[in-house]
Amino acid sequence: MGKLTIHQSLTGHVGRVWSAAWHPTGTLFASCGEDKTIRIWTKTGDGWTAQAVLAEGHSRTIRDVAWSHCGQYLASASFDTTVAIWDKKTGEFECNATLEGHDNEVKSVTWSRNGNLLATCSRDKSVWIWEIHNYLDQEDEYECVAVLNAHTQDVKKVSWHPAQDVLASASYDNTIRLYKQDPADNEWGPGAVLESHASTVWSISWDSTGKRLASCSEDGTVKIWQEFDSSNSLGIACPEGETVWKCVCTLAGYHPRSVYDVDWCKKTGLLATACGDNRVRVFKEVVPSASEADQQPTFELVVTSEAHSQDANKVAWNPVVAGMLLSASDDGDIILWQYEDELGLAECR
Amino acid sequence: MTELENINPHIYKKCEDRKLTKDDEDEDVVDPFDEREIFDLIRNINDPEHPLTLEELHVLEQSCIKVDNEKNTVSILFTPTIPHCSMATLIGLSIRVKLLRALPPRFKVSVEINPGTHASEHSVNKQLSDKERVAAALENTHLMEVINQCISSPLK
Repeated sequence: MGKLTIHQSLTGHVGRVWSAAWHPTGTLFASCGEDKTIRIWTKTGDGWTAQAVLAEGHSRTIRDVAWSHCGQYLASASFDTTVAIWDKKTGEFECNATLEGHDNEVKSVTWSRNGNLLATCSRDKSVWIWEIHNYLDQEDEYECVAVLNAHTQDVKKVSWHPAQDVLASASYDNTIRLYKQDPADNEWGPGAVLESHASTVWSISWDSTGKRLASCSEDGTVKIWQEFDSSNSLGIACPEGETVWKCVCTLAGYHPRSVYDVDWCKKTGLLATACGDNRVRVFKEVVPSASEADQQPTFELVVTSEAHSQDANKVAWNPVVAGMLLSASDDGDIILWQYEDELGLAECR
Repeated sequence: MTELENINPHIYKKCEDRKLTKDDEDEDVVDPFDEREIFDLIRNINDPEHPLTLEELHVLEQSCIKVDNEKNTVSILFTPTIPHCSMATLIGLSIRVKLLRALPPRFKVSVEINPGTHASEHSVNKQLSDKERVAAALENTHLMEVINQCISSPLK
């Protein structure tokens, strides 16, 4: 069993907080919500406070925010159909680019690991990939290099692989899709389709290796998907040598309502979920003995916290401080938590 | 709206007003939400195409409302007047918005179509339960004008 202790509860947003994202250094984070603002929170002394409020970028709800891996850029996705790119080149956060093109609300935004690609997705059912051109002494340029129309419904979430240029998207059509470039002509195309959820897939999170993916859904379950290549010892067929993705574990019966977010900690391997029953849960993988290595993974619930007074929308592990978690809710609050196991450790893997 | 989808709907009688008791006027008596109170909040919502309330069209009935005040849940089943009613989502959304404004935020409200009464009940239910799409709809000025008309004070 583990323990989640509230480190601090942060208020500031008016109305629902939809999302929040840690800066890669783990020393600050950005949050966003229906009040159309982005807040940048930093630690000063013992507590966290909003260091900046970015209010001029969007005319409607800001659904999602994401930092580039270099930490220099922040992207925000809005119901106003645009994505804004913010940087601090002048010393203050400023919106220096606005990406337009989606026909409808933008739901999510994500940066690739090496920072030269951005992906966005929308209610208009499409996923867009943008190539970023940085110039010295000139404005950065964002060029749309692919419009992917594989989903048949509203696309809720996009997330880049932690190491490769492989993109995953989750949709109202109950599926998750993967995309990569065809090495022959460099064209982006749809790859694997991950089908198993019985309703909207709200969010997805890669593990640290990128060989597994966690997904969470309106159907109240969390699923673990694993990539198998042609050398797999389980005899799973890989047509034309392509890798295949299989659902290897379903966490059912833990969430009585929609699961709006899942985050797989790259440091500790812990899985956190945000649920429509106001609670935050943490799951830990039961590590099998070596002889069982090929067996399906199992996860145990290690802590449930009555976190918020309304739906929990977002969970995010600090990328540097092991066990530090943030959650954001419809009640307007962001809570910072510290997870500890029974030995009092944050269990860095 | 030039053409009515359902030209000649059945019209039902309204129920009696709730009788006030002594306890209702006593500020010290804890008065939890019940089915009748929820029904009273939504029964006078206007139908989008007829000058009639959802109660008069039997879109809403008190027996199709469930409230658990302790568990903070309210569940509503509504019955479209015809199985192909294109207004079903709009009606459901009006019920949602009305309750969103009237109830304390602790309540989880579910609004669904009475099983078997609409051709695309599954997809309408899925839309109505998707809080992100509902939030986006509430930011749509045109749609909100229509909804506000439906939920404004009853037509005399």
